[in-house]
Amino acid sequence: MSEVMIYLDHAATTPADPAVVKAMEPYHSEKFGNPSTIYKIGREVRAAIDEARDKIADFIGADSSEIIFTSCGTESDNLALIGSAFANENKGNHIIASSVEHHAVIEPLKFLARRGFEVTHVPVDEFGEVDPADIKKAITGKTILISVMHANNEIGTIQPVTEIGQIAKERGIIFHTDAVQTICSVPVNVDDIGANLLAISAHKFYGPKGVGALYVRKGTKMVAHIYGGEQERRRRAGTENVSGIIGMAKAIEVASGRMENDAVRIAMLRDKLIDGLLSKVEESHLNGHPTKRLPNNVNIAFRYVEGESMLLNLDAHGIYASTGSACSSATLEPSHVLLAIGLSHEVAHGSLRFTLGRSTTESQIETVIEKLPPVVERLRMMSPLYKR
Amino acid sequence: MDKNPPYSEKVMEHFRNPRNVGEIENADGVGTVGNPTCGDVMQLFIKIEGDKIADAKFKTFGCGAAIATSSMMTELVKGKTIEEAVKISNKTVAEALDGLPPIKMHCSVLAEEALQSALEDYFTKNPDKRVELPRLKKHKEPKEHKH
Repeated sequence: MSEVMIYLDHAATTPADPAVVKAMEPYHSEKFGNPSTIYKIGREVRAAIDEARDKIADFIGADSSEIIFTSCGTESDNLALIGSAFANENKGNHIIASSVEHHAVIEPLKFLARRGFEVTHVPVDEFGEVDPADIKKAITGKTILISVMHANNEIGTIQPVTEIGQIAKERGIIFHTDAVQTICSVPVNVDDIGANLLAISAHKFYGPKGVGALYVRKGTKMVAHIYGGEQERRRRAGTENVSGIIGMAKAIEVASGRMENDAVRIAMLRDKLIDGLLSKVEESHLNGHPTKRLPNNVNIAFRYVEGESMLLNLDAHGIYASTGSACSSATLEPSHVLLAIGLSHEVAHGSLRFTLGRSTTESQIETVIEKLPPVVERLRMMSPLYKR
Repeated sequence: MDKNPPYSEKVMEHFRNPRNVGEIENADGVGTVGNPTCGDVMQLFIKIEGDKIADAKFKTFGCGAAIATSSMMTELVKGKTIEEAVKISNKTVAEALDGLPPIKMHCSVLAEEALQSALEDYFTKNPDKRVELPRLKKHKEPKEHKH
């Protein structure tokens, strides 16, 4: 087992920035007060949370009152979708979503379908991109909600959310976007996008796990899903994850200072990795859009071999990545995203995803380019599907 | 050291150093099971001399468990008589590997099916050699894969 770690799964999670950890610590110890209390140590924490809320709102061009703190991106998506669907069901029961949404969007939509809502999944092209015209075509007199992610976590394709937001606005339809993979990676502005609802997750941008946020545009009706105290203006009860919220705001502060430079550097390494692997391994191809792509996402299909076995080999070299193969998922189903872009099951099983981050160096990329091709070659020699 | 390995050390060993990878030309029996749609395809080749399996080789498209179970299967069958080989079940394979995670047990079932399929191929070509298969399985698609 290698001691050196080459971590290339930043889309799954990221380590918390040291400044984030430092900012959080006092809120576990001396600044432990419950922000809803009337006395000094509670009010101080309340003030700190307000400041955190302001920072996060500013970052995305929102008003502080439009930010709700949640426990994670998944909760934000659930609250957004189920909350807005239930609040607007007198207007209609039709929802439109892309076919490449994250499970945190798919599953609440399945729940809504079981409750009588009609969900239309708009297909994507071979790059995983939704055509706004297809969204428009799907709209009926009963459409109340459109959900399209800002960028896809598996294949990195950035969606035309601004055009979709415009279409939604023109028709008075609520537009939700899961921005979990884009925030702190590419610019996210709620007015540019035209979003009514936008989901954020701290542990994807070097913040702590266990905290997220939901942007809710003023005037967007939404039913709460957690009831109890008065927190978050009664839109989401529960004593706040104070240290998490402070950490999330700090992570955003750190990111705002370095996001642009990071994106340039990481995109260069991304392209080096893509070019290196595609040129050294025959019968491999890139999944997702070649240019409208997250700066850190590499997703490549390697024919005739299976993803989990590639990952195990990479693990032995200390290289951590992920795969769209069924064998590595709990459900034995291959990635729905890879199937949606037209890959056969077989090729979907042989896809690997590498997502780069702040710790990624050129030398690490060179190591992957060196180590992976022989792994693929060795597995191909073992594969009944590979004929020389 | 990995305190939480995904697989047993035996499975990892068979994965890192699979035994008997390859094909046998003019094999006496070939069994191909699984399908690429499910992400698992195993091919088992056997060579029979007298009443013994003199050689066995495999090729597999699949995860770590799939590679390990087919590798282990070739080790288990080599040198066995046909009567002994027909008794090898997926449990035999899984136990020989010191166990598999529950979600990967189907890989051991696939390895058993590969052996049954290879033997059935041999018996079809050599009807006079056919022996009673105490655990005769119908050749069916792996049932647990939903699409």
